Amino acid sequence: MIGEIGQLALCLALALAMVQSAAGFAGLRAGAGAARAVASSSALGLFVFVALAFGALVYAFVVSDFSVADVAENSHTLKPMLYKVTGVWGNHEGSMVLWTLVLAIYSAAIAILKRGGERLTAAALGVQGLLAVAFLLFILLTSNPFLRIDPMPFEGQGLNPLLQDRGLAFHPPMLYVGYVGLSATFAYAAAAMITGDVERGWARAARPFLLAAWVALTCGIAGGSWWAYYDLGWGGFWFWDPVENASLMPWLAATALLHSALATERTGAFRTWSLLLSIAAFSLSLIGTFLVRSGVITSVHAFASDPMRGEFILLILSLAIGGALALFAWRAPKLASGAAFEPVSRESAFLVNNVLVVTALAAVFIGTLYPIALSAVDVKLSVGAPYYETFFAPIFVALMIVLPFGPQLSWRRGDLKAAMRALAPAAGLAGLAFALELAIATPRALAGAGSFAVAAWVIGASAVDIFGRARRRAVSAAALAAALAHAGLGVTLMGVAGVTLWRAEALAVLGPGESVHVGDYDLKLLGVSKANGPNYVAARAEIEIRSGGRTLGRMAPEQRMFPVEGQEVAQTAIRTTGLSDLYVALGDERGGGRWAIRAYVNPLAPFIWFGAAIMALGGLTGLWARLRAGLFARWTAPAAAERA
Amino acid sequence: MIRLALALLLIAGAANAARAPETLTDPAKEAHARALQKEFRCLVCQGESIDESNAPLAADLRRLIREHIARGDSDDQIRRYLVARYGEFILMKPPLESDTYALWFAPLLVLLAGAAVAALVIRRARACAGEQPLTDR
Repeated sequence: MIGEIGQLALCLALALAMVQSAAGFAGLRAGAGAARAVASSSALGLFVFVALAFGALVYAFVVSDFSVADVAENSHTLKPMLYKVTGVWGNHEGSMVLWTLVLAIYSAAIAILKRGGERLTAAALGVQGLLAVAFLLFILLTSNPFLRIDPMPFEGQGLNPLLQDRGLAFHPPMLYVGYVGLSATFAYAAAAMITGDVERGWARAARPFLLAAWVALTCGIAGGSWWAYYDLGWGGFWFWDPVENASLMPWLAATALLHSALATERTGAFRTWSLLLSIAAFSLSLIGTFLVRSGVITSVHAFASDPMRGEFILLILSLAIGGALALFAWRAPKLASGAAFEPVSRESAFLVNNVLVVTALAAVFIGTLYPIALSAVDVKLSVGAPYYETFFAPIFVALMIVLPFGPQLSWRRGDLKAAMRALAPAAGLAGLAFALELAIATPRALAGAGSFAVAAWVIGASAVDIFGRARRRAVSAAALAAALAHAGLGVTLMGVAGVTLWRAEALAVLGPGESVHVGDYDLKLLGVSKANGPNYVAARAEIEIRSGGRTLGRMAPEQRMFPVEGQEVAQTAIRTTGLSDLYVALGDERGGGRWAIRAYVNPLAPFIWFGAAIMALGGLTGLWARLRAGLFARWTAPAAAERA
Repeated sequence: MIRLALALLLIAGAANAARAPETLTDPAKEAHARALQKEFRCLVCQGESIDESNAPLAADLRRLIREHIARGDSDDQIRRYLVARYGEFILMKPPLESDTYALWFAPLLVLLAGAAVAALVIRRARACAGEQPLTDR
């Protein structure tokens, strides 16, 4: 019964999405207040029915209703409750329902907030409605999660054990909030082109959605990288896997757009570019979905693949990109340049940012898609970490050297000398970090000292900026947001440099009572015992940690075997001081009670994720400032809203 | 003949884990092997290098690389050997050749084009700024 309710809810949601779209576009005419009201209430209704469908699917997973094929293929009665729920989006069908739910939430938010006025909202709802129609059709025609099987199996097939992880439970929803958030930016850009008002209003209207998407992408990517770090058992945090790249590309586009759209909003500069970038950012989200879902690439994410799904997503992709670019061509004559600024100005700094970030984006894009394109002509080629690092290292160093000047320069005309004077303490800090690093770090690494100098420069500049503003009593939430996001990038860079350059590692085969030395630690294997979990059996090693003659405690890495899925998964043990991680993974048994042990000391590893958290906090600060201003705007004069 | 022996060794590799250890006793050679094995892709997991992969094939390849290093083969010999066996797909870093010119040079072109456009935009914005009175925020 619950399956039929979900199915019905999806069909009704499809009908409402069609109404939302038609009413939204009808609401473009002057005096079409009724149509606009219909579009808004359809958006709310769409949310209700997609939520109902999603709730029905969650219920089917929770009660293990194996008459629903999706549940039978991806769940199991012995699975812990948390993973029964997260299993809903741990498969293709369920994850597309989640995607559509997030889309409906954004539509409802657009309808409620009505940013940028009634007409822009109506057009944006029209575009969002079209997207919802496309994805609901995709679900109903190719990926229906409510299909029944007859006869109903007694037991489900379980979920990939790699996905049965607490950290991973929230990584996909986070990424979807990010991916789909870019649909709102896309919808506002398209709405601006449809209404013909391509000045600044749309950029201001889209800002909170863009910030929310960026924060969610930052958290989602950081969460995925954290998962790779402790779940894959090799202490690596980023593998340049096509699926990781698929999430990195929208993040890079959103980062570039955060800057260019801010300039558009404040001074009317880069109008054309911001529109194009909005289209590109959402297109990259769709391309990411296509890459992951179509089976073009193989990975842990690529669940069951079906060529029809790939073709359908490709169709959605070409209609969205093609339609948006056609709109753009139609409005291009209206897009006269509104930019008037001196070469030394914040606009110029943002231009440099955009050129560099887009180059990094191009490297990821080409590196990810080139092997796929070549495989069409039967040339097998792989593009791995060394390719991306070749481009990312110099681009990010250049980016971070220029970055501190942005917040110091005024719009339209900046004062370079004043900026340099203000940044002098940050430069001093960078020099100090460089010298200190060369003096104390072993082994001595010029790249490491350089990384630390750049990181200190960026973090110091953020501090200088906020202190300077505090002295002038001019700290704004926007300035604080930028300072936090930039400082977070510096902190992440320190973590990346620490792990890459100063990691210590030991690979050993130990019997009970034997020790291995790694970094400043001695690890002694006390023994390996059996430990059983709810749906796995594990070998658990007890390892005593000693350092400098003192016993620090014990660590217990596990090797888990999931019999239902027939897979082994390493459960690493990590002991962190906040400054460095001691990381231990248990390998396989090597006969005679001896076990392979891998141990790493990863200096500054936690900084990678601290930095991401600080970046996300910066984004949230900006979001909070915007929404507060937006909410106040309802009760204050339009002039006040204009300034916000 | 050596190849055949190695192929047999490869097949037997997993079973003989205790006999053919995954680490070399000489620390310098072991560090060399660790550095070298980051260059090759695991053909099972594909996302990871054989340095990071848990797949048995990756473990076999790690051992194979150590066999070659112990015999005193050069890095290039080892690379050529692995490429001959598994194709260029096994290299994490694609070589620069006619097939990959676009791959390696396209990001540079994007950078140059972006810089050129940015310079144009700045020039035009400056001309506009000359006509309009500028107001500092």
